[in-house]
Order: sequence, then structure tokens, then C-alpha cells
Amino acid sequence: MTVAAEMDRPTSKGPAAQTEGPLLELRGLSKHFPIRRGALIPRTVGAVKAVDNVSLTIRRGETLGLVGESGCGKSTIGRCILKLETPTAGSVHFDGADIAAFDGPQTAGFRRRVQAIFQDPFSSLNPRMKVAEIVGEPLIVHKMEPDRNALDARVRALLDVCGLSPRLADRYPHEMSGGQRQRVGIARALALRPDLIVCDEAVSALDVSIQAQIIRLLEDLREEFDLTYLFIGHDLSVVRHICHRVAVMYLGKLVEISESERLFADPQHPYTQALLSAVPVPDPEIEERRDHQVLKGEIPSPSNPPSGCVFHPRCPLADQACTETVPELRDLGDDHKAACLKAGEPPTFQPTTAPP
Amino acid sequence: MTALLEIRDLVVEFSTGGGALRAVNAVSYDVEPGEIVAVVGESGSGKSVTALSVLRLVPQPPGRIVSGKILFKGDDLLALDDEAIRRVRGGQIGMVFQEPMTSLNPVLSIGRQMTEAMRLHLGLSAAAARDRAAELLTMVGIADPESRLKAYPHHLSGGMRQRVMIAMALSCNPPLIIADEPTTALDVTIQAQILELMRDLCRRLGVALVIITHNLAVVARYADRVNVMYAGSVVERGQAREIYRRPSHPYTVGLMNSVPRLDRPRGAPLEPIPGSPPDLASLPPGCAFQPRCHMATARCRAEAPALSPVAAEHWSACFESQRVAGELVR
Repeated sequence: MTVAAEMDRPTSKGPAAQTEGPLLELRGLSKHFPIRRGALIPRTVGAVKAVDNVSLTIRRGETLGLVGESGCGKSTIGRCILKLETPTAGSVHFDGADIAAFDGPQTAGFRRRVQAIFQDPFSSLNPRMKVAEIVGEPLIVHKMEPDRNALDARVRALLDVCGLSPRLADRYPHEMSGGQRQRVGIARALALRPDLIVCDEAVSALDVSIQAQIIRLLEDLREEFDLTYLFIGHDLSVVRHICHRVAVMYLGKLVEISESERLFADPQHPYTQALLSAVPVPDPEIEERRDHQVLKGEIPSPSNPPSGCVFHPRCPLADQACTETVPELRDLGDDHKAACLKAGEPPTFQPTTAPP
Repeated sequence: MTALLEIRDLVVEFSTGGGALRAVNAVSYDVEPGEIVAVVGESGSGKSVTALSVLRLVPQPPGRIVSGKILFKGDDLLALDDEAIRRVRGGQIGMVFQEPMTSLNPVLSIGRQMTEAMRLHLGLSAAAARDRAAELLTMVGIADPESRLKAYPHHLSGGMRQRVMIAMALSCNPPLIIADEPTTALDVTIQAQILELMRDLCRRLGVALVIITHNLAVVARYADRVNVMYAGSVVERGQAREIYRRPSHPYTVGLMNSVPRLDRPRGAPLEPIPGSPPDLASLPPGCAFQPRCHMATARCRAEAPALSPVAAEHWSACFESQRVAGELVR
């Protein structure tokens, strides 16, 4: 690939890249936001448990999906991985090293290797900078391309690989469509040749036809640049399409994780089953036959989560034990884990998916 | 059956620095009493502007309804004076918008906002309106309605607020509700709750519903008939079943091939529509979709196709409509 070669200049690596073990590992990660009261003498009266004791791994070259409804903690996990939040407990290990223990140069190297693409490309791009400046800035900040002409060539190559014409280099974000802006965000994330990209609702704000283009682009780039993605999303059909493995979160807890095909064909946690049942399929004849079993109630407040299993007030299977015991993530074999006392019992919801 | 709502050749323009921009270009569609009609399209397709025009809610200026008719129960809404159109809004046609937080007044209690329309349109006393408001909240599945009436919008969750909006839209027994992306801002499980609720209530009360959405799966589950819009025009119309079985406009097919589906094996490649949605200020000659259409011919580049029948109760604005259905990835 000539474009890849053009971009693949020697770079100042931060932490030495390993090739063994998972690329990223969360060990018992918790992030609690304190609730403070009182103007003169602020005191902590409680905590919003945005993320509560989550452990998972992201393997090299895979796309891990992270799904759940608003407030489930999926974006907070993304922010902890990006070192934008400091965990309350637990740790994030990148390439085998705890990111909290990095010194200055190590952090700089880490920030080069881990990039992000956000939902709204309009608010994540500086409106006063031209496209070429936005895409070139990371290279300047990380001192990876001191030569002006070489920098321009690299920016053009980045725009090209993201499907943007070089004519757009002198435009401002407001002069572009939503799809083009998201391509600029992707080009910027790609500039430093990262290993991991956190895609936080990266395609959620886009129109259907543009969304498909961006999904294709992300898939192509993954192949071309050996990228690993953490794909945070709420559209389950998109997540299933793009992700190798999927983790489901509810109220700060990881409730189920499995290989994508298996999770959608054979969901074990009642919440995953309910989520899948709620997604309609674009075919009236299938929908006519399908009975949506709508999940009752709403998501409880994460500042005062229910006892035992946090899902029990909405769960059709819940019994006394579920109100008392916090279910551990159990291994159900073949890389499939679910945090439910009743996992393995027949599903209560009718899944939508075609068999693998 | 006479249509409840008939939109005829509606043209709406917005004046911009660079001249007039035609957001709605000769749109016509009907809504029969009690049916659920979906209007599908992407941003800028004119689907919302058309609906806002029905209630004359397009801000003027910069907007301007240039021509056309909007007949509601036979009366042209565009010819009504301000007083008369106010009686239609909320009284005869209910509205549910995408973001309930911005449609509800943050400084008024739920009860105050709900009773206002009923007192105005139905002439109810304060006490009677309050009783009916509590009844409506129960009907849309809100527990403890008495205390909710005293609550303010920020006390409620997004799903709750949308339930309140639906209760308000139904409060004056309108024969028609227009819902503009009613569940786009909501979570998956809440979205299902709200859509099931809206369909069940409309069916039970015999209210016609226009759902404006970009989500083809929502259309498939809830709509009787579908209008697909692109660049300010309806490009395909028909019974929902028929459209999904035999889509006859390349744009409709493109939309269907663009969405990953849970009922298909994983790994089926997506076939995105190339290019970007058109700039309304400089539409291409001929068919507005032709620059993105791989089936386009010389005729498509010279002449704009009109909506014409392809089957019983099924219309498409495409010269190549007979070839189109074969392009759908099954």
C-alpha cells in the first residue's frame, strides 16, 4: 500500500510495543462520581457508580463492542481508557503496563498509540482550524513530522485514505457535511498511526446512507493499518456487524460478554435478551410474526442501585436470590460469560437474529 | 374513503444569503382516518418541513410556503387565519417532537402544561382538566399521576417526558397526530415501549398517525403506508409490505442495503449509497438522485421523473423502476 507506506515513517515510540498478551486490559475498574451537598462546607453524601468493578480485555486486532443504554457507563469506560478520567478503583493495563504508573514520556507515547473518534464531529473539531491543520496538528504536537512539505504530503495521504479530496484541506468544519466531518475526525485519529482507537458512538449521529459509508471506512482502515477498536455504541445491528466480540453493560456493570455471533444468537443474560427483542427488523412480514416483549420500567438511578443483581427490578426471571446476591460474571464456555444467577436457563425473550 | 389529510403539491422555500432554497418541492401525500403513515428520509429530505407546514409552524421568514394546498377534513389549512389555525394546533392535530425536553416548558409544571390545551380547546374547568390530565397520564403508563402533575420536566426521565408529550397530543381527542422522530433520542428499550404505546393508543382511539423517521426498521414494524422522501420530493410511496418486498426506487433500495440487520447472517457486506446528500441550493439537473445512482441513464440526467404507478397502490419516481427491485440484497 503506497498510502500506508507514505504514512508509515519511523516514529518515536513511547512504551515498547509488545506482541504478546491482550492489547488492553481492565482489572476491576470502578469509577464513582461523588455527590456533594452544601455550599460552605461541602460534604460527600453519596456516589454515582458510573462504572462498578468491570474487568475485560481487548485483544490485538479485534473490535470489541461495548453496548448498553444511556448511563450504563460505557462512555466512562472509554474515558478511563483514554486517561481522561482517573479510576476510583482498579486499573487499566495497556500492552501489559498500568497506565496510571506512566511518567511523562510514557504518557506521551501512550497518547500517541491510543486515539479517539467521537459521536459529534462538529463539536469535536475546532471550528477555527482548517481541515489540514486539524489533521496535521497531532503530528506537530508529537514532533513526528518537522518538515513542512513532508507534513503536507502526509496530511494529504491521510485525507485520501479517509476518502476526502485534497481540495477539502483548506475548508473549515462548518463548510463540510456531517459525513465529511466524521472522515476528518477519523483522519486525525489515524495521523499518529495508533494501535487502539476508541470509537465512542462514532456513527450514531450520521444519516443512514452516510453511516454505512463510515462503517465501511472503519472496516477498511482496520485491515490496512492493523487497528484495534473499542466500539462504543447503542445500535445493536451496527455493533453486531462491525464487532468481533461484544460486551453488554447495565447500570455500571458488565452483564455479558461473548463472541459477537454467539451473543446475538444465544444471549444468556435477560437484559441482553430484552435489548435484542426491542430492536425491530426492517421487514414488515417478519415484524408481523414477531412479538416484542417490551421490558418494563426504566433504568434505576446509578446513585442508588438496587440490591443484589442491579437488573432484578425489571427482570422477568428474578426471584428472592436475585434481590440478595450480586451475580458474578460466570464462564459459560467458549469465551461466553454472563453475570446472571439464571444464565443457562431457557430465554424469556425471542431473539431476532439469524443463526450464525 | 375521503382522506383526513391531503397535502397537494406543497412547495416550501427558505431564503438564504445565496438565494431561495427549495426544501419541499411539490410534495403530495394523504393520510386516511385511523391509519399509520410513515415519512422516511435523511436530513434535508424535507420530511420535517412538510409536517411543520401542516401546522403552519415553519418560521416565516426565512421560510415561505410558496404554493400548494393542505386539506384537513376538506378545509385548506393554508387559507385559515391565525385564530383558526390555533384551534387546529393541539385541538385537531396533536404533535410529538423528537426532544421532549425542548418541547416542554421547563418552568411550568406538567399539570399546568397539560391542562392549558384542554381548557383552551375543550373549554374544561381547571378541576375537570386536571382530572382528565391524570387520566391521560395513567393511559400512557405513568404511575402515580397525581404527583407527576406537580412535577417539572427536569424531574422526569427522557422516556417519561415523551409519554407526557403523547398524553398532551392525545388530550383534545384529535383525529390526527404528527410525530417527528418521536423516539430517536431515546434508548433502545424505551424506544420500543414508546412506539408500542403510540401504536396501541392510536389503534384503540382511532387516531391517525404520521411518523416521521429515518429508521427503516421502525417503519417496517409500525407503518401501514410509507412515503420515502429525497431532496424535497416523495420518490416512492406504497403499502409498507409492498415497499419492503419490491422497492422500486434506487434510493429506497440504497437505504435498505445500507443498514446491517439482526435477522441476516453476520458479515453480510453493507452496500452504502455513494456520495453525499444533495445540496438543495444547487440540485443536479434531471432526477435529484442521479449523481448517486448507478442505474442513471442520459434521460435521468435530462428530465426529472414524476411519481408514477408501478403496481397497485405503489408509486415510484424513477424511469428505471421496473429494474430496481432486482438490486436489493436479499
